[in-house]
Amino acid sequence: MFPRPIQTASPGARALYRVALPVSLIIWLLPLLAIFLTSARTAQDLAQGNYWGWPHGTNLFGNYAAVFTSSPMGRYLLNSIEITLPAVAGTLVLSTLAGFGLAKFRFRASSFVLAIFIAGNFVPFQILMIPVRDLMIHVFPLYNTIWALIVFHSAFQTGFCTLFMRNFMREIPDSLLEAARMDGAGSFRIFWLIVLPLVRPALAALAVLEFTFIWNDYFWALVLVQSDSARPITAGLQALQGMWLASWQLMSAGAIVAATPSVVVFFLMQRHFISGLTLGSVKE
Amino acid sequence: MSRTSWVVRFLMGALALAPVAARADSITVNTDQSDPQPKAAFQEVVKRFEAANPGTHVVLNVYDHEAYKQSIRNWLTSAPPDVVLWYTGVRLRQFVQPGLLADVSALWTPAMKEAFGPTAVALVTDNGKQYAVPYTQYQYGIYYRGDLFQKAGIGPIATWDDLLGACDKLNAIGVAPIDIGSKDLWPTAAWFDYLDLRINGYASHMQLMSGKMSYLDPKVRDVFAHWKQLIDRKCFVPNHAELSMQESQALLFQGRAGMMLLGNFITANFSPEMEKVMQYAPFPSITPGVARAEDAPMDSVAVPQGAVNKAGAMKFVAFMMQPDIQEMINRYEKQIPANTQAKLVDDRFLVDGRKLLQATPDHSQFFDRDTDEALATLAMKRFQEFMIKPDRLDRILADIDRARLRIYAPAN
Amino acid sequence: MSASANRMRGGMAALPFIAPAALFFSVFVLWPIADSIWVSLHDWDGIHRMRWVGLGNYTELFGDDVFYTALVNNIWWLLSYMLAPVFGLAMALFLNQSIAGMRLYKSLFFFPFVISQVVVGLVFSWFFNGDFGLLNLGLHAIGLHGVSLLGNANWATPSVIVAGLWPQTAYCMILYLTGLTAVNGEIVEAARMDGARGWNMLWNIIIPQLRPATFIAVVVSVVGALRSFDLVSIMTKGGPYDSSAVLAYYMYEQTFLSFRYGYGAAIAVVLFAIMDIYIAIFLVIMLRQERR
Repeated sequence: MFPRPIQTASPGARALYRVALPVSLIIWLLPLLAIFLTSARTAQDLAQGNYWGWPHGTNLFGNYAAVFTSSPMGRYLLNSIEITLPAVAGTLVLSTLAGFGLAKFRFRASSFVLAIFIAGNFVPFQILMIPVRDLMIHVFPLYNTIWALIVFHSAFQTGFCTLFMRNFMREIPDSLLEAARMDGAGSFRIFWLIVLPLVRPALAALAVLEFTFIWNDYFWALVLVQSDSARPITAGLQALQGMWLASWQLMSAGAIVAATPSVVVFFLMQRHFISGLTLGSVKE
Repeated sequence: MSRTSWVVRFLMGALALAPVAARADSITVNTDQSDPQPKAAFQEVVKRFEAANPGTHVVLNVYDHEAYKQSIRNWLTSAPPDVVLWYTGVRLRQFVQPGLLADVSALWTPAMKEAFGPTAVALVTDNGKQYAVPYTQYQYGIYYRGDLFQKAGIGPIATWDDLLGACDKLNAIGVAPIDIGSKDLWPTAAWFDYLDLRINGYASHMQLMSGKMSYLDPKVRDVFAHWKQLIDRKCFVPNHAELSMQESQALLFQGRAGMMLLGNFITANFSPEMEKVMQYAPFPSITPGVARAEDAPMDSVAVPQGAVNKAGAMKFVAFMMQPDIQEMINRYEKQIPANTQAKLVDDRFLVDGRKLLQATPDHSQFFDRDTDEALATLAMKRFQEFMIKPDRLDRILADIDRARLRIYAPAN
Repeated sequence: MSASANRMRGGMAALPFIAPAALFFSVFVLWPIADSIWVSLHDWDGIHRMRWVGLGNYTELFGDDVFYTALVNNIWWLLSYMLAPVFGLAMALFLNQSIAGMRLYKSLFFFPFVISQVVVGLVFSWFFNGDFGLLNLGLHAIGLHGVSLLGNANWATPSVIVAGLWPQTAYCMILYLTGLTAVNGEIVEAARMDGARGWNMLWNIIIPQLRPATFIAVVVSVVGALRSFDLVSIMTKGGPYDSSAVLAYYMYEQTFLSFRYGYGAAIAVVLFAIMDIYIAIFLVIMLRQERR
């Protein structure tokens, strides 16, 4: 193990480590702690310029309630859910199928197709912006609906997810599939009955990862939707900056509300999240 | 649609996706009035219109300002609503000239023209025809802390020297004289507009706005020379580049800054205590003898050429011309009705404003409405740069003028 | 597990599996790339007809000061983001201990990466605020002059980058923590026997074994740096006066604030060309690994 386990260090070093750990964590999360504390402040405190001094009373609950009653935050939150869940599902369906096609069939263009998926996953969004927006306005009338985001995210995230699924599926022994084939099962039966149950961990990892990616998207929300009825929470929060003037207590409460779902998903499904994120960084 | 690549056309044909057909008795209205009061005003208009026209259904779509400016281009060139909110003057003509807005001259009877006055009519006219109906207007001017002015011993600000003197006096009592938030860029343009209007006059200003005059002209340099006097005397709040317009207002309300050049919409943010101490004054004169003109943007409603229910749209727009409706809208918005026969809400800022606007025939519409958007975007960034690095003036002016030449080059 | 002989044969059989993804990907990723290049050869404001200008937008771009500002800023982003793997490794080494509660500590340290960049941007704008920001409060407390970082042309870009490094470092940290669990303990012990210690051990024994983690950490940091749109948009909007613009933001601004679609597309094409270098390098390394 490296570095050397702290248990083998001198008592002084051990004590130092025990202190350094929480202190460094607090410094690391200081910006976040600051907005959390602000989300509990009263408007009067902030209006008087008392941003960091001892608060004259708190209004934690009131501020969070105000976020939902005085703004379309509830709507944004719902939109984000309505966008993220179908988009994750869509991208998983597309990429699981494609991953299987690329992992378990031999054909000449196979690496080429894979290379395209990988390359596409890295392109800067700006090169897609004008045409994708045009497509959503003029070809598929989805512009300014949650569907524009669902469809686009499903399509774009497919690049990364296909690579992920394909790599995972290559680890499934071919003999397993061959045996089923001998029994006369078609490709789809094999996919459904043998492959799918085996890739469940990969699906879970991808689902969690994609949830945070899509939930946190801001750029496409800015480009593809314009009204409150379709805006996800990231773009919504930005739009509220103007409305809440200098009401920092609401702004920070809103920011915390926007961050919470992906944080909760992360903490609940941490293992999957990290195994998805670190794919390829351990094995050579 | 303006840009139809063959692939898109092919796909459209293949999918045969027609926009959802609108019902003949339904009118779709798109606005950018997303702030609570203006939004309520529009909802009230819709309610009254539906009551006056039984069987007609109005669909009101509300967008926020920035998003609206982008989307209106999409609608007008693809599937337009029946009524759109839009600006007047140059920004109106930019949609009129490619044929995207319908002629509404029929509504502009001589009596109506009389009621709105020649300034308003000219702002919705192109080539002798009218294309919109203005319904609201607000004046710009200096909003200042009466209490702080008194404390600093400042009298009325009528001339340039008064303004400079006020700066010194406010600085002397430790108050930043002029509040501005230049992060949003556009507040800088208010200063440019007014300095140009007061130094060179309305006609010259509009020449400049329409791209016919060079930014390298000595007249423009004169504007910046005056601006520099303010910068040199430390008239503006420090750190203005970090403040949005909203954030900057806090300084005024906290008594850390003395005055602000802004539209009358600022009065909506006055708390009861502020209401008592805030005062309004028109922008001071600079060059003696130059006729006064004011920045006084109007908002209007127009009918897209491709509106499905054009007849209904015309009816709705005509409805919004009526004095009682304009009075109602502006009661909500706390602004000045465009129809001069509409009663004004009893508010000292608005009473002063209407008096001022009636006394001055020339109303510019604000920098980013009077000149091309691409030029405005670039120029306002350069204004901000000037306020921080005034010594870069030569490069700044050359840069803006290069953009002017490109943008206003005759299309080939 | 090189190409096994009994994998299922035939592109035709694979087609129904690949086709849906390929179709979506072609329509929303591949075709738009081609279309953007096409648009970049035109003058277009979204209202009037597109007007062919050939390479006109590119000639203008290469004479545009803001373009160079944005390009240089992009390079700063790229270089600074290479600190994320370094810091990430340092944090991973700090946290790679097994004591009670360590799991929770690790996830709390990782936390910033899970949060949306919009929130990160808001949090840091506030942290840096020259009037009441916590940072300036600290500076005042130790007797230094406060500055409004985001309103200052020299400080805006570094400040936004610092905000970006926060989640990026967390990301790299997690990659390295996972990498460290896979480090071969026997080799480490053997090296210890030979007297390898501290830096020496880290440099000669550990870091070579962390190569895969480093590779991914560098790749994601490069991509993160070139995609730097969100934070710039939230924190500075490219200001003051374009000093903190990056290509991704300048493109957005030209397209939607100045309504110069062709010019915006040309900026996007340049950004795409820069990214292509990295995509090519990544693909070559990836595919070479595959062959092995």
